[in-house]
Amino acid sequence: MTRFLLPAGAFALLVTVLFVGVQRAPEKTVIPSALIGKPAPVFTLPVLGSDQQFAADSMRGRWYIINVWGTWCAECRNEHETLLEIAGSRVLPVIGLNWKDDDKAALEWLDQLGNPYDVVAVDREGRVAIDWGVYGAPETFLVDASGTVVYRHVGPLNPEIWSRKFLDRLPQSAGGGGS
Amino acid sequence: MSRWSLTPISLITVIMLVMGGLPARAIDPIELEQPVLQERYRDLTHELRCMQCQNQSIADSPVGLAGDLRREVRELLLAGKTDAEIRDHMRERYGDFILFRPQFSTRNAWLWLTPLLLLLIGTVAALRVIRRRVALVPADQSMADETHGNSGTSGRNAS
Repeated sequence: MTRFLLPAGAFALLVTVLFVGVQRAPEKTVIPSALIGKPAPVFTLPVLGSDQQFAADSMRGRWYIINVWGTWCAECRNEHETLLEIAGSRVLPVIGLNWKDDDKAALEWLDQLGNPYDVVAVDREGRVAIDWGVYGAPETFLVDASGTVVYRHVGPLNPEIWSRKFLDRLPQSAGGGGS
Repeated sequence: MSRWSLTPISLITVIMLVMGGLPARAIDPIELEQPVLQERYRDLTHELRCMQCQNQSIADSPVGLAGDLRREVRELLLAGKTDAEIRDHMRERYGDFILFRPQFSTRNAWLWLTPLLLLLIGTVAALRVIRRRVALVPADQSMADETHGNSGTSGRNAS
């Protein structure tokens, strides 16, 4: 009997490893951000619809989210309602990063669908998006008061993701549900 | 039908012969002025993954982000960065996943070392089995000799 114990044990281990791998497969399709726990990239970009500049440094001391979007991105339209709700809740500032888009189209989009953003920075050439490790819109980053990237969500937001992945990470003082 | 009519097969063959002779058109028409830089540019863009398509390199992908990343590589090359610095630059932003040949790090050490470990376990197991077999052969031999020696009593032909 004992001579079968080792192969059987090895086989059981293999089955366990593969089973866990298959169970976790869906979350593995999302590539984790390399920026988590690192300082948010520093950038200065023009503000959409104005001749002012937005400097990411000016957000120091506050928690905020930065949402990467474009009018060419279909999923961005799907999350727009959620973004409006988030903005309406006034929990934290919502910064837009308008990625490789056309200013006129972007302004029209906000005019028609409503503007959830406190400010929209224009990244027409996609350089700042590369610094953030963006690989597809929409993407949303949560940044803490020290300017550290806390979390990134790839794909459209919805109220459930917002509450579970974002609000739960906020400290009470920043209006979050977590500790 | 004449002897030289084009069957579909021969037509395809002709097209393939003609097309095969042409230099492959890359997605990226841009060439750097210095041949050395161009060569490094070509190598680097082939070992960086297009994050949107995932199984293509940024050299092979027509999507916008791949074009932006190629621009980034070009600019870093022209700024005098080394290949290692450029790979690190990309890895800091996109993680190990952007490298088709990920570097050894504490985070992925188990991934590199597991095959070696398994090979070691397999070798030890194989050696033990072989040794046991080798030990069985003289035992067999001595048993055979014994039987041969006692052939008269057992009444069996053991040769």
